Amino acid sequence: MSTSNGRLTIPKTLAKQGAELDDRFRAAKGLRTLLRKVFPDHWTFLLGEIALYSFIILILTGIFLTLFFNPSMTEVVYHGSYTKLNGVRMSEAYQSTLRISFDVRGGLLMRQIHHWAADVFLAAIICHLLRIFFTGAYRKPRETNWIIGVTMFALGILEGFLGYSMPDDLLSGTGVRIAEGVLLGIPVVGTYLSFFLFGGQFPGTDFVVRFYIIHVLLIPGLLLALISAHLFLMVHQKHTQMPGKGRTDGNVVGQPMYPYFMVKTGAFFFFVFGVLALLATFAQINPIWQVGPYTPTAISAGSQPDFYMGFLEGALRMFPSWTWDIGGHTIAWNVFVPALVVPGIIFTALGLWPFLERWATGDHAYHHVNDRPRNAPTRTAFGMAGVTIYGILWLEGANDIVAVHLQIPLYLTTEIARWAVFIGPVIVFWATRRICLGLQRRDAQMLTHGVETGIISQLPNGAFVEAERPLTEDEAAVLIAKPPAALPAARAVDENGVPEPALRGVRGRLQARVHEYFAEGISLAPPANGHGNGHGDGHAAIEGDGERATVGGGPAEVADGRTGEGGE
Amino acid sequence: MSDNDSDLENTPEERQPPHRVIGTPPPVRGLLTEPGPGEGDGGGIGPYGPGGPGAPELRELPADPPNPVSARNWERVAAALFLISLLASCGFVAAYVALELHDRGDVVDAALRSNLALGSAMSLAFLAVAVGMVIWVRSIMPPVELTEERHPLASAPEDRAAFAETFVEGAEASQITKRPLLRRTLIAATVPVALAPLVLLRDLGPLPGTTLRHTAWKKGTRLLVYATNRPITPADFGSEGGMITVVPEGYQDNDEELAKSTAIIIKMAPGQLEAPTNLNWTVDNIVAYSKICTHVGCPAALYEQTTHRILCPCHQSTFDATKGAQVIFGPAPRPLPQLPITTNAQGYLVAQSDFHEPVGPSFWERG
Repeated sequence: MSTSNGRLTIPKTLAKQGAELDDRFRAAKGLRTLLRKVFPDHWTFLLGEIALYSFIILILTGIFLTLFFNPSMTEVVYHGSYTKLNGVRMSEAYQSTLRISFDVRGGLLMRQIHHWAADVFLAAIICHLLRIFFTGAYRKPRETNWIIGVTMFALGILEGFLGYSMPDDLLSGTGVRIAEGVLLGIPVVGTYLSFFLFGGQFPGTDFVVRFYIIHVLLIPGLLLALISAHLFLMVHQKHTQMPGKGRTDGNVVGQPMYPYFMVKTGAFFFFVFGVLALLATFAQINPIWQVGPYTPTAISAGSQPDFYMGFLEGALRMFPSWTWDIGGHTIAWNVFVPALVVPGIIFTALGLWPFLERWATGDHAYHHVNDRPRNAPTRTAFGMAGVTIYGILWLEGANDIVAVHLQIPLYLTTEIARWAVFIGPVIVFWATRRICLGLQRRDAQMLTHGVETGIISQLPNGAFVEAERPLTEDEAAVLIAKPPAALPAARAVDENGVPEPALRGVRGRLQARVHEYFAEGISLAPPANGHGNGHGDGHAAIEGDGERATVGGGPAEVADGRTGEGGE
Repeated sequence: MSDNDSDLENTPEERQPPHRVIGTPPPVRGLLTEPGPGEGDGGGIGPYGPGGPGAPELRELPADPPNPVSARNWERVAAALFLISLLASCGFVAAYVALELHDRGDVVDAALRSNLALGSAMSLAFLAVAVGMVIWVRSIMPPVELTEERHPLASAPEDRAAFAETFVEGAEASQITKRPLLRRTLIAATVPVALAPLVLLRDLGPLPGTTLRHTAWKKGTRLLVYATNRPITPADFGSEGGMITVVPEGYQDNDEELAKSTAIIIKMAPGQLEAPTNLNWTVDNIVAYSKICTHVGCPAALYEQTTHRILCPCHQSTFDATKGAQVIFGPAPRPLPQLPITTNAQGYLVAQSDFHEPVGPSFWERG
């Protein structure tokens, strides 16, 4: 790769092979663009990669497991290497899981990596989803990818549940029993659904093989298709980027795919695999031989589902015993609502959020630079309220453990959770919004007064003052990257003072009020020289004390021509 | 960076495709101004510059790191890590071959030993490569930061118009918009396809019928102690005591029946059992309840002797064993149904009849 006067020499063989391929595929231009595709850098962008690589590892270890797992509920009496269970009646599924653990070299390791990878997969999805939410990365044009992601989240939970149900051990069987109870609780069709799923009465002899084909083919296939779409859209629409110097809605700043990102992400794959292997080596997970095979007559104390089922478990524990007996029919609100309506609401709300927010802010512009959470106080507050609800449900799902460790009476934990799930989000919403506005005020102060250095000097008159330094250009660029909020006032009337038709009437006024609430924020003045990322241009230098101080710019800048994609 | 900014400001909206890549990493700034001669050809590899003939050739990635000494040191570290990974992989193979499972001693210990050896080797192999690669990209490759323009996501208006026209043109040519008979019969023909799964999936299982309303208990069915499968007499209880799980004789190995029929028996002190417990269904202060929780069907398996509370460990529904298993706390909507029991001629505990109401969780037809 020697160069003379800046030109690169292409190795002859490479050129020849490349020409042969390009003669056939006409790929040079596209591939060249791909090789030079710029990937912005931020640690939170790795969360989605953890999910992706966990999925790949799940497929690899899953293929290994299918070679030995026998998805059959045929009853056998065990006589094998784990002598403690000799003579015990069990299904072939459980027997083959024992075999994987004790008779297949590396089998226990693969089982444990597979189980840990499932937990890490869902944990990474949740963290990735929170990152996308709190930075507003789902906004136009990425709403479709958000919905794909939420769908994969739901599918991932189902996939995980099916997976850990298949060994047919006492713990997993209890989970399946609860699922049966939930199915029975569905009005009108529940009993039929249960009989069709289990091939008759629970537990029957069918569910493991049915779960198996859904677990190894149907849902992984769907996930693979959705992941492909997710990644394709990400490449096609390009990454969002965190605010910073030189980063605008019109560019992407980062390192090129080849060779930098390829090596980084390859390293990350090995990190994920290595950490999962570490967990599987040193942190035992799901030792099915300890609990024994499933029987509907028994249960192990402290039965807990995997963490991602915890919020459903908590909802079931928390919900009151409301049941109606009407006209010869039973409506099990106590099961139907927490197990199906609550997750239905959670996932529907997640999926609809980008559109709800667009209605609330009236912001139809493209966004490629992420928000700092503080700069969208109302969104951040809604998000934290949602996290609070989820977190309380999740904690209630382990309330027996909480009660033991915190020495709180068991029933009190449930009583607290029943109130907290309603009061908690309200308090958290209010507090988060105040904290965000406070942080904005701090940013405004730093922009106008600089940063406290901690260096104290004494004046000739004896007074002490603290030296402050102005923000560096890089630091300031992050702070003033706050996008101009949609302005209720500016939106409500056009240049002739006539209100927009959409904002007249009751609905219009409501929308205007919501706009105002969402747009509330502290104005961040750019540094005096006006040099920044270009977003500062129109901003008036308003001191950061009036919360209701409006932000300069307005819709004209929202649909900034620089993106070339505005509504013009 | 500032020149880059001003470049962006002046960039016209309609840029020539393909979108241009502008790099301004400090180490190569000098290269940017170096005009390349002539046009790019490239023999299979695309032209290196963005423009057509005559465009200056840009070199956006520096060929070498700014500090060759430090890069060389880091190269040694990375190479050492790659070698460690290689050794760890060899260790994995060695552990696989050398550590037999259950050859001697405890089978669990052997499995855990093998897991420890294989897992440690695998972790080290992956993590060493990972760290080595990170060192490679961060400390050996020259640092670079590129800026790529975003191109408009929306199509040009004329492209949109052309698409819309092509689409409508095709729709018209297909006649589907103009011929409602064709359209409606075709739609009608597809409806059965959508319903096909419902028909095809019918044989997934039998219809419920009244199976959920009944259990295996009949008049005279002996209560067998779960696991030992021995019948039990009231005399087997010393004084008041703990909870015993019982199953109907003849169904000890029938999971479908056990999922409904499993019951618990508890011996109380005299006078402890109160309404609404049906005392005619008890023998010698021994009361039997369904073990299947009325919430979602877990076995209500925990019994606190001092408070006479039965607790389901799944969702903590709590039942008062002295008062007809009424619900004290939790999401269960109904008491655990009481099983009428008596003793037979041999003195064994037997059922008087089936439960008088469906056991277990609510279902639509329960009524």
